Amino acid sequence: MIAIPDCSFNTTENRDPAAELLELSLGPQHPSTHGVFRMNAVLDGETVVRLQPVFGYLHRNHEKIAENVSYLASIPYTDRLDYLCSLTNNWAYALSVEKLTGLDVPERAEYIRIILAELTRLQNHTAFLGFLLGDMGAWGTALMYGFRQREKVLDLFESLTGSRMMSNYMRFGGCRCDFPEGWLEQARTVIDEYPEFLDEMEQLLVSNEILISRTQGVGAISPERAINAGLSGPILRATGVDYDIRKVDRYGIYDRFSFRIPIGDQGDTYDRMMMRLLEMRESLKILKAAIDEIPDGPIVNPKAKLRNLRPPEGEAYGRIESPKGELGFYLISDKQPQPYRFRVRPPSLINLTLLEEMSIGHKIADVMVILGSIDIVLGEVDR
Amino acid sequence: MLTLETIRDRILEAVPDAGVEIISNPGPSGQDSLLVSSGHGLAIALFLRDDPELRFDYCSNVTGVDWLDKTVKEKVIVREDDEDVETQVERVVPGYLEVVYHLYSISKKHGPVVLRLRTADRNEGVELPSLTPVWKSAEFQEREVLDLYGIRFTGHPDPTRLLMWENFEGHPMRKDYCAPDDDEPGDPITARERKEEAS
Amino acid sequence: MDHQLKKELGKQGIHVTSLDSIYNWARSNSMWPMQFGLACCAIEMIAATMARYDLARFGAEIFRPSPRQSDLMIVAGTVTKKMAPTVVRLYNQMPEPKYVIAMGACAISGGPFRDGYNVVKGIDRYIPVDIYIPGCPPRPEALIDGIMKLQEKIHGQKLTGPDRARHADPDSPGEYAVPGTESRDLLPRFNPCIWSPPARQTDSLEYPESKI
Repeated sequence: MIAIPDCSFNTTENRDPAAELLELSLGPQHPSTHGVFRMNAVLDGETVVRLQPVFGYLHRNHEKIAENVSYLASIPYTDRLDYLCSLTNNWAYALSVEKLTGLDVPERAEYIRIILAELTRLQNHTAFLGFLLGDMGAWGTALMYGFRQREKVLDLFESLTGSRMMSNYMRFGGCRCDFPEGWLEQARTVIDEYPEFLDEMEQLLVSNEILISRTQGVGAISPERAINAGLSGPILRATGVDYDIRKVDRYGIYDRFSFRIPIGDQGDTYDRMMMRLLEMRESLKILKAAIDEIPDGPIVNPKAKLRNLRPPEGEAYGRIESPKGELGFYLISDKQPQPYRFRVRPPSLINLTLLEEMSIGHKIADVMVILGSIDIVLGEVDR
Repeated sequence: MLTLETIRDRILEAVPDAGVEIISNPGPSGQDSLLVSSGHGLAIALFLRDDPELRFDYCSNVTGVDWLDKTVKEKVIVREDDEDVETQVERVVPGYLEVVYHLYSISKKHGPVVLRLRTADRNEGVELPSLTPVWKSAEFQEREVLDLYGIRFTGHPDPTRLLMWENFEGHPMRKDYCAPDDDEPGDPITARERKEEAS
Repeated sequence: MDHQLKKELGKQGIHVTSLDSIYNWARSNSMWPMQFGLACCAIEMIAATMARYDLARFGAEIFRPSPRQSDLMIVAGTVTKKMAPTVVRLYNQMPEPKYVIAMGACAISGGPFRDGYNVVKGIDRYIPVDIYIPGCPPRPEALIDGIMKLQEKIHGQKLTGPDRARHADPDSPGEYAVPGTESRDLLPRFNPCIWSPPARQTDSLEYPESKI
């Protein structure tokens, strides 16, 4: 005789919620996580009940090392924070040291910085789209498209800074070297071709039914929660908060360019993805204007001191809008060649604050998409 | 934005008998900060967040700073044999740990206001109120400060280490932390620290 | 068998080869790396598999998400003390024959982060490394070159005799001790079977020796 299983425990009245919960440790290395990140999830069936991120698997002691080396020697380390966007990291650090020492930057160097920062934003968001689609199960195609396009920007970086990823380029009061011959023309070609790629990507993504059902309404957060949790960058703006440090602080010479800040309204994964697509188009506008207007002149402030720099006693907090969000450096100087305190305000880490709130109630497969849409880089999360 | 003096006066108005002191920043950045007594930290944070004119709704950066014991040389006049003699005396200023909060306002688009809280010393009295109930963005960053500096935050929802493993002992970002020797005799850092450890 | 006879047989459609060489030929051209990246180098590793560099040309593009299905571990990035036990455990879970590439300065020696209190100064302290690829990060071409060097190494491996490959030797360990995260440090600090600290050079030492 076949035993008929007792199905009464499946009914809602008799169910003991605690008895069916499953604890699942994802990571520190998961196929679709973005590095050595670990999450301890508690699941009810496939639905997330609790989710706790575990950090520190890439804690490389950047801050401790920086407090033992000179100010100049920290620039290569900043490259390795958010290793997809080394040039914006350089800029944030240079900006903080310039605040600490009261240094001006020549006009041409400001233009160079803006061109490089916006190119960095382009290539970061391009790679982001590929990784996000990979998280949704479209492993391959989108990432191939994204990396194909990213390589063109990396070629520009390489011919200018000598390295594809680790630029070590910006200096206090300017930049390390001027553009090589023909660089601006090459950059213009890349920028002119970019809209074609964006159109292609948008066609692939925006109206795709599977993508919409995987992203719309997934991981939505309210603007109040986003502000309170310190989210920054595209994921803050996806909730409808109009806050872009390029517009608020007007660091560099961003006030000379006309560009718009895309704002979302739902704060869900779809909005977060669209923010990146739209931001890239605005970056292209800035780039076009900057390349047309760039003046001749020196690229570094002659008063700038690089070696054996001993900033006056004091402290400074400088921040920029990096592709991931608000990247800040907090420096305390005690007139020594090494900073007394060197602190990185990592947007990737703080953007993860609401990961649990975003994920609760969604399926475990959606957690990957939500995590992908936050766009973290572990080098910056753990430092 | 209001000046720091006005903010201090408004805090004192709203939270009477709170200790608020302006720490001036001698550097060119001119970012002065407010030193807040730890007993009133939470009330002041709530006021700064909810006051309609200030509205510091965005806590951007939270970090720890370790200030070691300092030896200060002072000239003291001592009375010896009915005669004033000037002698040099060394006095130890006890060190402390500090948490620094950088606050911005997204609705008013101003900032930063730098808030500082100091512990009593570096050994036992390292308790400070957690500001996570006011700004959730402090959650991970305060855990990081707890991990790397050893400041205990009262009222934190999850006071555990953030970066190092659970059974790790010590607080590596403190200035007097000695990294474990990794059997590298020529390594300048470990050799220097070994020397410090031996002395 | 002499070369001339081999050639003659080849003309008749009979190919004679040794078991070693056909086994090595097959293995070296279908390396399945583990999908496993730690830090910056992982991005260059991904770039190597993408359209421009196309690692697939060398038979090593099938990145397996499980150690049980992979032959090659590319340690791409900084190994921290918190991560090292996991890396060694993943290595232990891989089936023989298995190979390790240390990609980038951090995996080789700790690289720029060597002075950090949470950084392992080279993964070869815990697991045997076959190929070292210097660079910070190495370019995708360098990774491809490293994989080709590994293929050359596999071609030269013998299955029998005193100089046989590690995986063909029943006495050699297939698993290595997993270090533990102790109160101050990762213990043991290295695996004495495969690594030992460099000899102390007293004349270059500027600092007095520790009493501890």
